[in-house]
Amino acid sequence: MMQHLVLVPILLPLLTGAILLLLERRHEVRVLRRGAWMGLSLLLLASVALVLRADEGRVEAYLMGDWPSRLGIVLMLDRLSALMVLTTTLLAIPALLYACAGWDRRALHFHALFQIQLAGLNGAFLTGDIFNLFVFFEVMLIASYGLLLSGARGERIAAGMHYVVFNIAASTLFLIALGLLYGLLGSLNMAELSVRVAAVAPGDVALVRVTLGLLLVVFCAKAALLPMYLWLPEAYARAPAAVAALFVVMTKVGLYALLRTGTLWFGEAAGPLEGFGRQPMLVLGMVTMLVASLGVVGSLRLRIGAAYLVLMSSGLLFVAFMLATPGTIAAGLYYLPHSCFAGAAMFLIAHIVQRERGRAGDRVLPTAPPMPAVTGVVYLLAAVALVGLPPLSGFIGKFLLLGEVPDADTGWVYAAVLGSSLLALIGLSRTGSRLFWRTGRQEVREPWEEEPPRVRGQELAATMLLLGYVVAMGLLPAPVLRYATATAEQLLQPAEYVHQVRDTLPQRRAP
Amino acid sequence: MEFAMASAIGVLVAAGVYLLLRARTFDVILGLTLLSYATNLLIFSSGRLVVGKPPVLRAAAAATPEHYADPLPQALVLTAIVISFAMTAVVVVVAMRNHADLRSDHVDGREPERKPPPGGLPDGKDAGA
Repeated sequence: MMQHLVLVPILLPLLTGAILLLLERRHEVRVLRRGAWMGLSLLLLASVALVLRADEGRVEAYLMGDWPSRLGIVLMLDRLSALMVLTTTLLAIPALLYACAGWDRRALHFHALFQIQLAGLNGAFLTGDIFNLFVFFEVMLIASYGLLLSGARGERIAAGMHYVVFNIAASTLFLIALGLLYGLLGSLNMAELSVRVAAVAPGDVALVRVTLGLLLVVFCAKAALLPMYLWLPEAYARAPAAVAALFVVMTKVGLYALLRTGTLWFGEAAGPLEGFGRQPMLVLGMVTMLVASLGVVGSLRLRIGAAYLVLMSSGLLFVAFMLATPGTIAAGLYYLPHSCFAGAAMFLIAHIVQRERGRAGDRVLPTAPPMPAVTGVVYLLAAVALVGLPPLSGFIGKFLLLGEVPDADTGWVYAAVLGSSLLALIGLSRTGSRLFWRTGRQEVREPWEEEPPRVRGQELAATMLLLGYVVAMGLLPAPVLRYATATAEQLLQPAEYVHQVRDTLPQRRAP
Repeated sequence: MEFAMASAIGVLVAAGVYLLLRARTFDVILGLTLLSYATNLLIFSSGRLVVGKPPVLRAAAAATPEHYADPLPQALVLTAIVISFAMTAVVVVVAMRNHADLRSDHVDGREPERKPPPGGLPDGKDAGA
């Protein structure tokens, strides 16, 4: 019975989403919320159970429909997949909490799309088949188009158009790469492919290189690496706050795919393709960090700044995963959930600020009535976490990463990581002091002007929950770190993953 | 046959990329459609091109690979067609809303500052008016 657990994080949100879609017509939003929370709490239970199961150290292959792995689709459960699923679920809870404060009344089909997006994300993390990965990417993306654009008007539609067209073009490229891959190597199972990539005939190496290069370009586009990030700041900054918070994990899907394929296909056993693409991605990751930190300094609106902070953490994760030593991957895996939570918190804070300041919105201008101290405190916490100052988890992640960088690369990596952190620190301090300190004197509000809407307690609670994760990861880093280290070790020994796929036989069907 | 197929895919991709890089939403949608056709053909041909062989088992032919076409690319291409169809529908809706709200079918939602050079773009300033 327990072997079916791996299916739950995909099926449960999908079913919940479908049921919510049916309930939508007849019932008011209260019923929908209850349904969404029920689905999400069950999903949390399943994710925790998955992490506990994966932490026993085994890799599990689940044959969909009991077809042998060379014919059918497999779902894989290992430490990395379980970690990503749990991170997504933990991020979804505050995002839903924030949306339930009012946004879900205004956006059409919000609850159903939210659940379908979760199904797509979890599916992408759990699947062991590269074409199935594409399908779950599309499920995730089509739900994200709905979430981003429902109720959108004007400028938000224009930003959404860029996002949609860019992602469809990237998906087309993904399909082209998959077609070539199947034509060349004759399999789409990721574990099987790792064996075939290692044993590729010398004459085909160039072709395989081109195909896999296309695939890496697609993943880099999803993870917003340097030349392909231009769609991200506008789209994320214009998304509704709760949706932007959930979107933070979408760039991590690309990084997950890069890490998974990088360790499976381009590891030590890969022969001529060992370490393929690693050096260019490392360099571009560092440049992404620096450019993104300049974006943080130069942003005129808090939400644009938050989007650039997401980019910056994406760059750091590129550096961590592309150095590909056990230590750096472990540091990256510790940093990944942290950066999701802190980045999402910054989007929520930007929206709270926008609402509290009324007309001034989230522009970085000192023109509003003073804001409540609590908003300032949550901003300070999120900023400290994102820049990577002690004592929060961002510091631990960056510190570990810097400690593990191989000697040959220290100069550049140190310069990029520390330089971008410094720039982000300057940008965030400037923003914070303008928004929260120099207030009150510039503009006296007339008594007949409308009182800006008060922030709902629930929205603040969602933000605090996210920051609570960050503080908890900072105060008790040991369990997360131990898990991340074990994950890195497991990832760097892909042989077990491959064996598990090959050795799992159908139970009822004769092979 | 391989040559005809390869050139068809090449022409479709070239036309698709050209249209995709133009600044009008309608051209972009057409470009994406052409690209997805090219991709579908490419995936279809990844199982090698064969004539007159079925992808499913038949009693008339022996159950060995040389009597059959590879069924997997056909299944893949079906998935790809469905997905690209849905995505095209989404883009069309977004583009129509874009046009209705911003009174322009430029992809940025507004016309560029400079006038295009005379004889350059056939659709000029008043495309969205």
